Amino acid sequence: MEGTAVQRRLTWQVANVTATVSETPSVRTITLAVPDWPGHRAGQHLDVRLTADDGYTAERSYSIASAPGEPVALTVERLDDGEVSPYLTEDLRVGDQLELRGPVGGYFVWEPTDMAPLLLVAGGSGVVPLRAIVRERQRRRSDVPVRLLYSSRTLADVIYRDELDSYGDGISVSYTLTRAQPPGWTGHAGRVTPALLAEVAWPAHEGPLAFVCGPTSFVETVAEGLVGLGYPADRVKTERFGASGGR
Amino acid sequence: MSPISRGFRGRRSTPAGEEGRVPPGQYVTKDFPVLSAGPTPHTPLDRWTFSIRRNNSELKSWSWDEFQALPAETVTVDIHCVTRWSKLDTQWRGVSMDTLLGAVDHDEGYILAFCDGGYTTNLPIADVTGGRAWVAYEYDGQPLQPEHGGPARLLVPHLYFWKSAKWVRGVELLDHDEPGFWETYGYNMYGDPWKEQRYSGD
Amino acid sequence: METLDGNALAGLFAEVFGEDMTNTVITCRTCGTTQVIGETVVYPNPMAAIARCRTCTQLLILITQIHGVSCVDMLGVA
Repeated sequence: MEGTAVQRRLTWQVANVTATVSETPSVRTITLAVPDWPGHRAGQHLDVRLTADDGYTAERSYSIASAPGEPVALTVERLDDGEVSPYLTEDLRVGDQLELRGPVGGYFVWEPTDMAPLLLVAGGSGVVPLRAIVRERQRRRSDVPVRLLYSSRTLADVIYRDELDSYGDGISVSYTLTRAQPPGWTGHAGRVTPALLAEVAWPAHEGPLAFVCGPTSFVETVAEGLVGLGYPADRVKTERFGASGGR
Repeated sequence: MSPISRGFRGRRSTPAGEEGRVPPGQYVTKDFPVLSAGPTPHTPLDRWTFSIRRNNSELKSWSWDEFQALPAETVTVDIHCVTRWSKLDTQWRGVSMDTLLGAVDHDEGYILAFCDGGYTTNLPIADVTGGRAWVAYEYDGQPLQPEHGGPARLLVPHLYFWKSAKWVRGVELLDHDEPGFWETYGYNMYGDPWKEQRYSGD
Repeated sequence: METLDGNALAGLFAEVFGEDMTNTVITCRTCGTTQVIGETVVYPNPMAAIARCRTCTQLLILITQIHGVSCVDMLGVA
């Protein structure tokens, strides 16, 4: 049976770094070559494990930034007091190996078979799995209308800006900058509030499906806000990152 | 064996000259990591008590005010977490377990400490007497923060720090060694960091 | 400290159970709330993977991996 992926129990495997791209001064996308990659679904993540020469290990989870069918890519934000992210964003080089386990996650996943209007709400690096969902929507030529609300500290912190601004019909992107806005800024300012959600989100009567991703406090505020707007709780999918932005 | 991540060291470092103070497999941290297995309890001080119990009956109990009136000590100790971090020269203030256990007649060999939130941990009485353990309510000169076990936690620095039960509310006297929360889940019944007794069977 | 959700344990569940569990619906034995595992409250703790009920905070699932052996306790799940 040619081309059939062998079903094996999910466990750690070694991938090679094939490319690194700087997205912002503190954010980097790492592309990987993963032997026997079974393919992934938009929204899934994988776990990364680093091992030092004395056997010390550290594990973190990162959302897959690429759409199904594209080479596996992770987008990692460098945290000043992080243990793993400085290594991944500064030390890791093309040709290095990275141990990973995945893809995993069947709950925070979007398929084009769900025809509901899509609301994507991102806090900081929470945009990573949502970008994969948008790319999958494009790749599958879906007509599902999308509204993306992306909250960042400053414009310089916005990841994938050029790509997000390039999307035309059917994908509406709104930004809110919480810490500082550039002169002449016409987007939103301040944290995501119920009022901002009421303005930007699909009305509940349209039967939307929402994905909310970012730091825990962000996700809980937004999820509560959407439920307050009438979204059924089971139509608000959540994925919480640590305050760190990774997991 | 996992592949080595080229150039990865993590946060670890052992300051020069401190090697003899750091048990095997540990690294020194300047932080004070918070490890939690559940929501942080917040018992109001006017409802807080510390009790010594035997066979489900209370032998002795102190209210917060009574506890504060007990003789207290300030100690500086090194602490070692089973998750491999060690923190040197930590300063605590609290009541010695000798003072507390001295208030009751007992000849049992073990205790099971019990805490708000349901956490328990077991210890031989010999390891919480003779100046080896306290119920601490201050850390670094300040009231102990809830995230670190405040208002009061057990402090048993010669064993892995999971034995220094946060949010402690008392001890049950037992004639046998009864596994507590982590011990039930495969962690060592005793937990000597110098013998790397992290897990059951180590 | 900040909690996460069941998504953070997806890799561990997949390794231990052999399949993704984040979409699995469970019922809390203590309060009866049903929830998908992906929405449980996860306490990031290197000693064990811990998932608690989002409604009543009781312990639902605890997984340790010690000396190469995974041990799963689901006594909090009805």
